[in-house]
Amino acid sequence: MSGSTFETDNKLVNWFEKRLPIISLMHGAVVVYPTPKNLSWWWTFGSLAGVALVIMMATGIILAMHYTPHVDYAFLSVEHIMRDVNYGWLIRYVHSNTGSLFFMVVYIHIFRGLYYGSYKDPRELLWIIGLLIYVLMMATGFLGYVLPWGQMSFWAVTVITNLFSAVPIVGDAIVSWLWGGYAVGNPTLNRFFSLHYLLPFVIFAAVILHLWALHTSKSSNPLGVEVKTPQDTIPFHPYFTAKDLVGLAVFLIVLFFFVFFAPNYMGHPDNYITANPMVTPAHIVPEWYYLPFYAILRAIPDKLGGVIAMFGAIVILFLVPWLDTSKVRSSRFRPIYKQFFWILVLDCFVLGWVGANAPEGHFILIGRLATAYYFLHFLVILPIVGMIEKPLPLPESISQPVLKGEQE
Amino acid sequence: MMGMLRMKIGLVIGSVVLSAGLWLGAPATATAAGGGITFEKQKWQHSGPFGTFDRAAMVRGLQVYTEVCAACHSLDLVAFRTLSALGMSEDDVKEFASDYEVEDGPDNEGEMFDREAVPSDYFVAPYANDKAARASNNGAFPPDLSLITKARVGGEDYLYALLTGYEDEPEDFELGDGMAYNKYYSGHQIAMPQPLFEEHVEYDDETEATVEQMSRDVSVFLTWTAEPAMEDRKRMGVKVLIFLGIMLVLLVLVKRRVWSGVH
Ligand code: HEC
Ligand code: HEM
Repeated sequence: MSGSTFETDNKLVNWFEKRLPIISLMHGAVVVYPTPKNLSWWWTFGSLAGVALVIMMATGIILAMHYTPHVDYAFLSVEHIMRDVNYGWLIRYVHSNTGSLFFMVVYIHIFRGLYYGSYKDPRELLWIIGLLIYVLMMATGFLGYVLPWGQMSFWAVTVITNLFSAVPIVGDAIVSWLWGGYAVGNPTLNRFFSLHYLLPFVIFAAVILHLWALHTSKSSNPLGVEVKTPQDTIPFHPYFTAKDLVGLAVFLIVLFFFVFFAPNYMGHPDNYITANPMVTPAHIVPEWYYLPFYAILRAIPDKLGGVIAMFGAIVILFLVPWLDTSKVRSSRFRPIYKQFFWILVLDCFVLGWVGANAPEGHFILIGRLATAYYFLHFLVILPIVGMIEKPLPLPESISQPVLKGEQE
Repeated sequence: MMGMLRMKIGLVIGSVVLSAGLWLGAPATATAAGGGITFEKQKWQHSGPFGTFDRAAMVRGLQVYTEVCAACHSLDLVAFRTLSALGMSEDDVKEFASDYEVEDGPDNEGEMFDREAVPSDYFVAPYANDKAARASNNGAFPPDLSLITKARVGGEDYLYALLTGYEDEPEDFELGDGMAYNKYYSGHQIAMPQPLFEEHVEYDDETEATVEQMSRDVSVFLTWTAEPAMEDRKRMGVKVLIFLGIMLVLLVLVKRRVWSGVH
């Protein structure tokens, strides 16, 4: 990864180094990695996401030891975990609540990137790998939600897999291929379990690529001006290890607050009812982190159109490095774009709110307007503002006394 | 430096307040999914971060369940052995279980047989299967109650409201055949006839068995069946959060020390 200055007298380490230089690699990545010294707290969310991924994998592997992927036993085996397995309730609640907070962390991480223009040259691939991770996370979360085989599990998978039937000609074939039959059933649950166990490892591999890309192009920073001299950077350790640990402690406090005092707050009561193909819940809602996309899906009156819009809403994020025409990275120096950024944030909250409600009355109109605005932001506002906006003067460099009003 | 400190403190306070607000700031009435039905939140000994189950209420609630609800509702996920959490001795639990008969087998002749239940057995369902349950209840299915307080918006507050929410239907209300009117059930028609009436059970501890009292007691009992680890969870939570709080303070100090030379 980064050019390493690793040296030691330790014979064993040197023996190892000569054959597999993994220690100097790690040393370069997490000890001496030259980090811009002005990174703000928004830059701790990347390492938080990494911790969340590890927590998910550790708790998930333990859950899988006690879980049974069969339609007749899945729900019971989860209750067995909650009641009979030592600290099973703790493992399960940590897994489910970390899942939610993982998405919260990654959403903040993504919006950080959007605000500071982190996706711009030379970090396009870093951004794209990040988005691939995000897509994999959404798939993993969806697959995992099915496993307890409660009412919401069953109906969410029914609704979402059914979307593929909108594909012309081969739609129905795709759906029964996904199901492994002509309805959501045991083969569906089995393959979902298998894939839910697999994907986190794929994510893990993608995170390594993400970090490789990061350490190649180096971190950007809140000013968005590239590192110019060694004075602009400090080594990752001890500075950012110390800083990220503070972030981690705050994260764990929030996580364990939910785990111990409101463990089902982010869940849905219907998932404590065993799946029943004969009874449809009054409102089928996905987990909160999919709600904006769910709103976009339902904003289009046509099924195929809705599916295209929903996937388009994600695909468009991949194009952001090229849709943004601004020469300046950070929104700190983009007085006009900054406003639009916050409108986009608001728009996403509105979409989430619409997604949580039945598509009736004024929610239909609001959902359509918010969907239209989402695409307008990326397809029109982002390219045009970059062309017409006059950015504020940029500071000379990270350590140069910053121009007016930017000093810590 | 000051700006950073302020931001740090802001971040911590912000997230704690946010999560606490989400939880404590919940309104005093809850709205059940669909239909805009609201009901009051009750005061429970088990709510809050230090809440513990009211043992006496649980014992009474068990009595209400076995003498009333068990005629129609199963409690499949609850093993007799776990009743020790109600303060019952091992012998009490054995005796309680022995009132039930369970099918076991096959024996060496290949025959199934009935035997007295033992503490490792589970509560026995009133009906052999869902169809039998529906057949005896006018086509409606009395759901298993093990998880009921976690399976409804509003939890035990809703359960209490439901059990105390029976009344005569308003004049213009068309009640279906075999249905009862309930203020708090979505759509107001429920296939469960009013289950509780004054003095329906006779409590051993001589508590007066009003409808409200029985409803409360069975709600406490069913909160426990849904979340038997709640007390352990909260106790551990207080310790973990205190630990993390101290940890956070120390880490903030370490961070400030490490960064003190950076300008
Ligand atoms: C005579 C049989 C009978 C008895 C006794 C009975 N129930 Fe029910 N219960 C039912 C039926 C039938 C339903 C389904 C109602 C429906 O679907 O409309 C039901 C539904 C319920 C529900 C679900 C309501 C909802 O929101 O879906 C709860 C909770 C409940 N009963 C609790 C109890 C409790 C607690 C007791 C004991 C105090 C009890 N029941 C006694 C027959 C009974
Ligand atoms: C499992 C999920 C993820 C993990 C573990 C992860 C990890 C990290 C880490 C440790 C960093 C460096 C610290 C930081 O800048 O915050 C980083 C930077 C970055 N990540 Fe991620 N990330 C994840 C998902 C994503 C996603 C979904 C995106 C965007 C779509 C993304 C885009 C970026 C970008 C652009 C940077 C560089 C930011 C800059 O230097 O300005 N990441 N990531």
